[in-house]
Amino acid sequence: MPDAYRKTLIRQISQHAHSEVVGMLPEANWITRAPSLRRKVALLAKVQDEAGHGLYLYSAAETLGIDRSELVGDLLSGKAKYSSIFNYPTVSWADMGAIGWLVDGAAIANQVMLCRTSYGPYARAMVRICKEESFHQRQGYEIMLSLANGTAEQKQMAQDALNRWWWPSLMMFGPTDDLSPNSAQSMKWKIKRKSNDELRQEFIDKTVPQAEFLGLTVPDKDLKWNEEKQGYDYGEIDWEEFYNVVKGNGPCNKQRLSDRVKAHEEGAWVREAANAYAAKEAKRKADKVQAA
Amino acid sequence: MDKPNDNWKIWEVFIRSKNGLSHKHVGSLHAPDADMAIKNARDVYTRRSEGISIWVVPSEAVTASSPDEKEPLFTPADDKVYRHPTFYEIPAEIGHM
Repeated sequence: MPDAYRKTLIRQISQHAHSEVVGMLPEANWITRAPSLRRKVALLAKVQDEAGHGLYLYSAAETLGIDRSELVGDLLSGKAKYSSIFNYPTVSWADMGAIGWLVDGAAIANQVMLCRTSYGPYARAMVRICKEESFHQRQGYEIMLSLANGTAEQKQMAQDALNRWWWPSLMMFGPTDDLSPNSAQSMKWKIKRKSNDELRQEFIDKTVPQAEFLGLTVPDKDLKWNEEKQGYDYGEIDWEEFYNVVKGNGPCNKQRLSDRVKAHEEGAWVREAANAYAAKEAKRKADKVQAA
Repeated sequence: MDKPNDNWKIWEVFIRSKNGLSHKHVGSLHAPDADMAIKNARDVYTRRSEGISIWVVPSEAVTASSPDEKEPLFTPADDKVYRHPTFYEIPAEIGHM
């Protein structure tokens, strides 16, 4: 295995894993304030799923010969990157709908493509994740449906969430192809099977009709169906905002990191308890053998 | 940063579904011992009733054939077509055999 291939995969898979884990935070924010029990169990299950997704991906990264503690350490020290979409705040319940529908929707477009990635353990993790991810998107869209078909206030809340999450979701696909530094090499190695712009176009074409069904307006005045290309033309993405958030100046970067560090530190007793229990059981087994 | 799970092995997880005949490899996880590996496997890999039986095996116990040795290991079987039922001609009157 070429060392550069190995290194780029470790970087990509671990960033993907970190994104899942950090991605739990914006939605966990609303679990205690879900408007019904049905919404609460669904959101709780989704957030639990994301933890599991992080696990599958850390495990896939480890097959490349890197230590789990090093990966986790890099996240907590702020050295490692994760998807910048998770640096935005969730300010209303409608954000739960918008995130499930748009953010998971964009993730699905990327992840379906990655099911054919050249590295087996990564592809297999993607297959499993894709199966689970579709519940996430349906859960989100159901929330949007309820709000859009509710009171005028609820519909406005849904529109507001769409307004805030639309462009950041498009940015999830990364820079345009001509400005994406890693893309060419990743495509050559068949790690990446479709380009950023290709996936972004796919996502837009699939999602705009879904917004129209909701009776909501996509916040892009330049959005227009192009009959010739059989797809939507769309407006300019604010790349300054994108790079600013990637650099660490997004609204929630600091909070996300400190929440992760806090979770790790406050979870130390669980790890210690597990170790103590394992030691106790091992001793119990050894004593039994001796007594026999 | 504390490293309390330095001794946590990686375990490969195999699950047999309710109607399945064999355990299938579904992924891996870290755990301090086999019992907790099973419990963690249950929590992570059977959230959607994927199975009724779990095996966990320390990763270090698995030996894999080398991809570089694919040819010498597997090509000897490629030309032994007489091992396949389709090599043999059975008259149509016999029906399915």
